This record gives sequence, structure tokens and C-alpha cells, in this order.
Amino acid sequence: MKILVAINCVPDTTSKINFTNNNKEFDKNGIQYIINPQDEYCLSKALYFQEKQGAEVSIITVGDISVEPVMRKALAIGANNAIRVNIQPTDSELVAKEIASVAKEGQYDLILLGKESIDYNGGLVPGLVAAELNCAFVNAVTGLNIDGKTIQVVREIDNGKETISIELPAVLAGQEGLVPENQLKIPNIRGIMTAKNKPFTVVEPKFFGNKVNVVEFEKPIIRSNVVWVDKDNLDELVRLLHEEAKVI
Amino acid sequence: MIYAYIENSKGKFKKAAYELVSYAKNLADTVGDSVTALTINSEDSSELLYKYGANKVINIQDEALKSFNPKEYASVLSEIMHGNYILFTHTTDSASIAPYIVKKKSAAYITQAISTPLSMVPFRVKRSVFSGKGIAVVETKEPIIVLTLSVNSIGAKENPVSGTEENITVCTDIDPRYTVKQEEVITGKLDVKDAELVIGAGRGMKGPENWGMIEDLANILGAATACSKPVSDLGWRSHSEHVGQTGKIISPKLYLSIGISGAIQHVAGVNKSKTIVVINNDPEAPFFKSADYGVIGDLFEVVPILTKKLKAFKEAN
Ligand SMILES: Cc1cc2nc3c(=O)[nH]c(=O)nc-3n(C[C@H](O)[C@H](O)[C@H](O)COP(=O)(O)OP(=O)(O)OC[C@H]3O[C@@H](n4cnc5c(N)ncnc54)[C@H](O)[C@@H]3O)c2cc1C
Ligand SMILES: Nc1ncnc2c1ncn2[C@@H]1O[C@H](COP(=O)(O)O)[C@@H](O)[C@H]1O
Repeated sequence: MKILVAINCVPDTTSKINFTNNNKEFDKNGIQYIINPQDEYCLSKALYFQEKQGAEVSIITVGDISVEPVMRKALAIGANNAIRVNIQPTDSELVAKEIASVAKEGQYDLILLGKESIDYNGGLVPGLVAAELNCAFVNAVTGLNIDGKTIQVVREIDNGKETISIELPAVLAGQEGLVPENQLKIPNIRGIMTAKNKPFTVVEPKFFGNKVNVVEFEKPIIRSNVVWVDKDNLDELVRLLHEEAKVI
Repeated sequence: MIYAYIENSKGKFKKAAYELVSYAKNLADTVGDSVTALTINSEDSSELLYKYGANKVINIQDEALKSFNPKEYASVLSEIMHGNYILFTHTTDSASIAPYIVKKKSAAYITQAISTPLSMVPFRVKRSVFSGKGIAVVETKEPIIVLTLSVNSIGAKENPVSGTEENITVCTDIDPRYTVKQEEVITGKLDVKDAELVIGAGRGMKGPENWGMIEDLANILGAATACSKPVSDLGWRSHSEHVGQTGKIISPKLYLSIGISGAIQHVAGVNKSKTIVVINNDPEAPFFKSADYGVIGDLFEVVPILTKKLKAFKEAN
């Protein structure tokens, strides 16, 4: 069993977001980078199968050399090896094509990606990887069992869940809930030491030509100051919601 | 031709469907084209979609598609969607179907748009990035565009046209390698992503046993319930209610937050809401900085009174 986990390297959740160069670029100044939270769930789940079933877990990131510290962290958490596609991504479709190409060449059985990145909030790379590979795709995955060449996948649906049985290969977009919070794996000293010697491959990109480009960024409109309503005068709140905000 | 894929839930069009048709109609008016809405196994009347501007509704009936398989859905839809603009709502299901269509049509793929196009050639639209902490204007020059629209981003707008209906029966081969085994759905509960009004509650609630008052309030308003991350991590509420940067990102008309401090990660998931009300007993709670209306007070006192007042309001209106 070979599992490929796609790790995106994103600004820490507490980051203040600013734009530079006439609002044409994201300001990386002072930004700390982390593993995209949903990718962390995927990685922990993959490592569970490494432990229990001897699965080999590779991680892949499409990014320039600046993403390596975050990838090293994923290796320290326990991935067997890492592949970096050496290009700073500017179009998600190209990212998906690079990942699909590595997945095909490496003959991975299962490809896990996060449902959505917290940077560009595309929610599109996983599905496009599946489409490129012409294989099954399940979005919003919160449960996974592997039984030989068959997997049982639980996905979130409106107000409930659905269990699906799929024959591998498959592409899954995982999210929070895939592993319980207290079972999220974190790096330990031994992991950090061994991470340095794990296979780390850098490959050059194969796909070029953006179909979609960012023209510019804006900051969202800031809310005007809060209107205080006295807790002993809640009729006023009801009135404001009805007459002023017009939401009820 | 402009195509919109209309999702249904147990045969009924989802609310977001009307918003998507409104979006399609806006596009159609701009380029002088018409809107075709596609549905699979829906039971609702096409009239409902004409009302928002669908010129044509194609109902696809297929036994094999009774259970969801994105690849199969995409292969049926892509046979019909031969337009330059192919639109979806950004839900988990639609966002699973769309990529296969993108691939098939070699289209440009723009997800989670939050505005109508700023220009058509080149096609430019806004999308929310960095979990609501920024907005990006994106552009494509490709002739075929697949776009997903964020729920509650532009709102539904009535725009009645006289439409026509076409019913198609297909017989897809069932994919033996992909079988839906089981579905568990809580009925009668509003989904937090689809809802126009959302009540979010946090650790200030003290424990899961106190959620009755939140549900009462939600019932009176017809709102969905949401929660902060620690609340779902503690198992007080289901993970599907967790909103925020690492949970669901929502944009309802009203987000009413109760006993939530307003950490940056939580606010990132709700700051696209039209109106935010915050109830918290700590006047320094950061959430008040992102609120339109704030009530300082003990939620255990405020919420029952507010519920009573809203009930009276609903009965009077
Ligand atoms: C990587 C990462 C990702 C995260 N992602 C998310 C996310 O997506 N969503 C999310 O919600 N959080 C997220 N968090 C957690 C976030 O940082 C906060 O810890 C969390 O939002 C706090 O939840 P809370 O407001 O319910 O609890 P608390 O911070 O404990 O706040 C409780 C609030 O209730 C108020 N209160 C207490 N008693 C009463 C009362 N009787 N009446 C009225 N008010 C009362 C208090 O004044 C306080 O403001 C994330 C954290 C990290 C590190
Ligand atoms: N540059 C990248 N390198 C590796 N994986 C990525 C990259 N961008 C996105 N992904 C994967 O795709 C998922 C969804 O990303 P997105 O479609 O950008 O929201 C992420 O959670 C990652 O698993």
C-alpha cells in the first residue's frame, strides 16, 4: 500500500493578511508557515495505516525551496519520504497536474489531500487530481478504513454522513474529524532527528501555462463600530435586526 | 449557452439553487444568452426555477444516480453542458462533480466566486481568500469557464421568465467499484452552510447539557446551529457544526454568536456574514470588534429573554 499525502504550506492561522506591490502580491513579511490544517488530519490518518498495515507514506508539496522546513516537519511527524515539485505555484490546476503526474508515476494506491487550503481557499486541487487520474473521488472525508484493495470511506453530507466502498486507486479530500483531535500526530525528538536522513526528492515541474491568474487583492470591508444594546432592552435588538439590518 | 447545475436534497431544490439561477441569469443578461438549469432526479416543479430566470430546465431521471457518485454525475452532465459558462454552487457535492467536467472540457476553473463578473472579456470575478481576510480578483481568458459560487454571496433575486422543460431518462451503468453503502441523515435539521440565519455557540455555554436554549432560539428563528472549534473538539457538538478557518466558512445573513470569544480563527469563518450579533459577558471579548450589534451580559439570562422576545415578534409578524 502506497499512500501519497499532499501537503500545502500555508500562513499560520493567526496571521494578519496584508498585500504589497500595489495590492498585486501577498505580503509574506513576518508570516509563519504551517502544514495546511486539513492536510495534517490526512497525514495523521495515513500514518495510522503506516503503523497498523505497513503502508508507505510519501508527502508531496508543489513549491519552491522555502516550503522545505514545513515538509521536514511532516517527515518528522512520520512520513517515509518527501517529493517536492520545484515551482512556486500560481495556478491550482497546474498544482493538481503535477501531483497527479507524480501519483501516476509512483503508482500510488491512495492519494490524500486536504479539502481546502486556508490560503487561497480553492477547494479544487483534490478533485482536479482525481479528474486527471480519471479515478474515484470523495470530498469531505471524515472516516477511512483500508481492507486490501478496497476502502470504506465516510464522508460528510448535509446533516449526516454517507459510507462508501471503493476499489483503489482513489483520491480523497480529508477534513477535520478524519482523526480525533487528541490523535493528531506531532513531531518528537527522534522524529526530528530521523527526518534529516529520510529520502527527499526534488523534481522539476512539467506543466506550464496558467488558465487563471490573480489580478489584484483587496481587503474586506471592515465593519463600522459595534452598536451596543442593553441586555435589559432586548426589544431594541429585535427592532434593529428587523428594521435596520433587515435580517429577520 | 449558460448552464447551471441545480442540486436537490431528497428531491427538493436546495435554497442555494435559486441564488445560482439568479447568478446565471445575470450572466445571461450581460452576454445576451439564455440559462439552462440541469437537475438530476429532482421532484420539484421547474416553475420554481423559471421564477429566478431559468429559460430551460432539463430534468435528468436515472435510477443509477439515486446514490451520489461524482464521476458518474459528471459524465452524464458533461454530455449536455455544451456552453461557455458552466455554473455550480460551491457545495461538497458540486465541488466533486465540477473537476471532472473541467477536465473533460479543458475549461478554466474558478471556485468560490463571491461576485458577479467584473468584466466578461477577460472574465474577471472576485473570490474570497485567506479565509475571508482578503479578496482576490481573478481573471481568465479561456473560452470555457467552470465556476462555483459561494453560498449566500449574491443572494437570490426573482426575475421571472417563461421557461420550458425537458425530461430525459438515462440509464447509466452502475460503477461496481464505487458503492454507497449507507446514509445516515438527521432529518428536520437545517444545514449550517445552506442556512440564511445561523446561531453559533461557544465554550461560554459551559457544557452540552445547556444547548437546549440554543436549539429553542434556532427553532424560533428558523436558524441553523453552529459552534466553535473547542466545542466540537470536546464532543459537546458534532464536528459538522464547527465553523471557522479550519471548519466551515459561512456567510449567512445573520450570525448570532453566543459565548464565543471571537478568536481570529473563528472570526475568519464567519466574517462574511451580513450582520453579526455578539452576546458575551466580557466587554473585552475580541468578537465585539467584528460585531454589528453587541450585548454584554450573561448568556444564561440573555438568551431565554431574547428567545421570548423573538417568539413574540414572530407571532406578531
Ligand atoms: C490551528 C488552529 C485552528 C483553529 N481553528 C478554529 C476554527 O476554525 N474555529 C474556531 O472556532 N476556533 C478555531 N481555533 C480555536 C480558537 O483559537 C479559539 O480557541 C476558539 O475559537 C475559542 O472558542 P470559544 O470562543 O468557544 O471559547 P473561549 O475562548 O473559551 O471563549 C468563551 C467565551 O464565552 C464567554 N462566556 C463565558 N461565560 C459566559 C456567560 N455566562 N455568558 C456570556 N458569555 C460567556 C467568555 O467571555 C469567552 O469570551 C483554532 C485554533 C488553532 C490553533
Ligand atoms: N502547492 C501545493 N502542494 C501540495 N499540495 C497542495 C498544494 N496546493 C494544494 N494542495 C493540496 O490540495 C488541498 C486543497 O487545496 P486547495 O484546492 O488549494 O484548496 C490542500 O489541502 C493540499 O492537500
